[in-house]
Amino acid sequence: MMRLWVLLVLLVLAIPSLQAKEIHREKSLYRNIVVKEADGRRCLLFSVQRGDRHQTCMDLQDPKRLVFPYVRMSFGGLLLNPNPARVLVIGLGGGSIPTALSELFPAAMIDVVEIDEAVVRVARQYFNFTESAHLKVKVSDARVFIKRALLLDRTYDLIILDAFTGDYIPEHLMTQEFLQESHDLLSEDGVLVANTFSTSVLYDHESETYQSVFGDYLNFKLPISGNRVIIAGRQGLPSDFVIKSQASRLVESLRPYGIDPRTYPANMSREKDWDRTRRLLTDQYAPANLLRGED
Amino acid sequence: MSSNHPSNNLPPLIFNLIVLCLAFTSGFIIMAIELLGGRILAPYFGSSIYVWGSIITIFMLSLSIGYLSGGRLSINNPHLGRYGVFFLAAAITLLPTIIWSNNIMDWVFVRLEDPRYGSLVASTLLFFIPTAILGMIAPYSVRLLVAHAAHAGQIAGRLYFISTLGSALGTLATSFYLVLWFEVDAILMTMSAVLAAGGVSAMLAYWSHRT
Repeated sequence: MMRLWVLLVLLVLAIPSLQAKEIHREKSLYRNIVVKEADGRRCLLFSVQRGDRHQTCMDLQDPKRLVFPYVRMSFGGLLLNPNPARVLVIGLGGGSIPTALSELFPAAMIDVVEIDEAVVRVARQYFNFTESAHLKVKVSDARVFIKRALLLDRTYDLIILDAFTGDYIPEHLMTQEFLQESHDLLSEDGVLVANTFSTSVLYDHESETYQSVFGDYLNFKLPISGNRVIIAGRQGLPSDFVIKSQASRLVESLRPYGIDPRTYPANMSREKDWDRTRRLLTDQYAPANLLRGED
Repeated sequence: MSSNHPSNNLPPLIFNLIVLCLAFTSGFIIMAIELLGGRILAPYFGSSIYVWGSIITIFMLSLSIGYLSGGRLSINNPHLGRYGVFFLAAAITLLPTIIWSNNIMDWVFVRLEDPRYGSLVASTLLFFIPTAILGMIAPYSVRLLVAHAAHAGQIAGRLYFISTLGSALGTLATSFYLVLWFEVDAILMTMSAVLAAGGVSAMLAYWSHRT
């Protein structure tokens, strides 16, 4: 009887490994980090208990190609500012966004802020992430980094906010004050790209909060992706015509990453499709994780 | 009851009820402030484990000093009037935390780059004094309620029970509901008002029944 149980347990344990090979697992200060390989892809996963959440995946045959739509969507910001000289990426993941940006803009200075040192190590070891004189990672809380950068009078032409894992929202990164600080950190023609949520009442609260800081912005959603990407400019938005012509100019350079920018402008909406009476999220009122649970 | 008992001429039941209610309130408010401390510090120092480490360290340290001095203050002629003063003092010293928190944290932020020490210093400046005063309430409550040495343990147990129950409910109410409904400052202002009201009630009860 005992032996049967052992057999059963071993069998159950073996099933997932038939599909995906686990290469690495560690418990960091903030989360469980798992690296798995399946179907020619290597993926970084956070919080594996509640269904596997793929944070980022790398195509092992074609490492340049960006596997997930939301990662590709982050490059939509280039339609507003096609040649950023200074870039800030918040949230490293497997490092695919900063790596692609550093290839696209070899002269650009790219700063990455990642709160979890373990993620930086995993990105280096398993996702070919390499730092250089032009691509630097700082282990820090993004809010602290941005406040410090403002004190030092730094500016960025492009800020990509990719800090939400799907399970837990750092609430101090979704408030009016935080967005104002990010706004102030942008250069004159700077652009903020935020990869964020599209469901629950949080969508309304968050949308209204962005509106209060940036005015009109682009709500970028693709049918194949469950998230949305907010694209906001420090000085408002260019016309649809400018965005479209920019898209056709970027086609060639973005092709190796699996991005077709021509499909983007049509999916970038200026419409305020949220409940505009929702309360703003502020440092005083920031229950983002609680709001996310409400329909 | 002997004439030098802290209850003065208040009926014992009323007296005990006042002390227990206030002990519950202080327990509730200590934990509510501690939880909101995380909220207050996050925009400057993040919400990482070391920020919580700073907050908890400073709360434990200030409570421990509060216990020591509260116990010391309970030796000479303890009475409900002075008990009320603790609440009023806590209410007043909580106000700078509410009004000047951003100025205080700005000041720390430009001077300390490491967010660990930044959050530790900011927690000290923001929370040490009001929390230490709230800590004085616990031993003082025991002294007010203990009439005979034989019952000291039982009464201390009852007080810990009621104030820790207050802490549990303060934690739950704040983290589940209050932050969903109100702004941080509005919650803290209410806490300060409740402390002041509790303090004034205790003082009034004392003065109105003075012989």
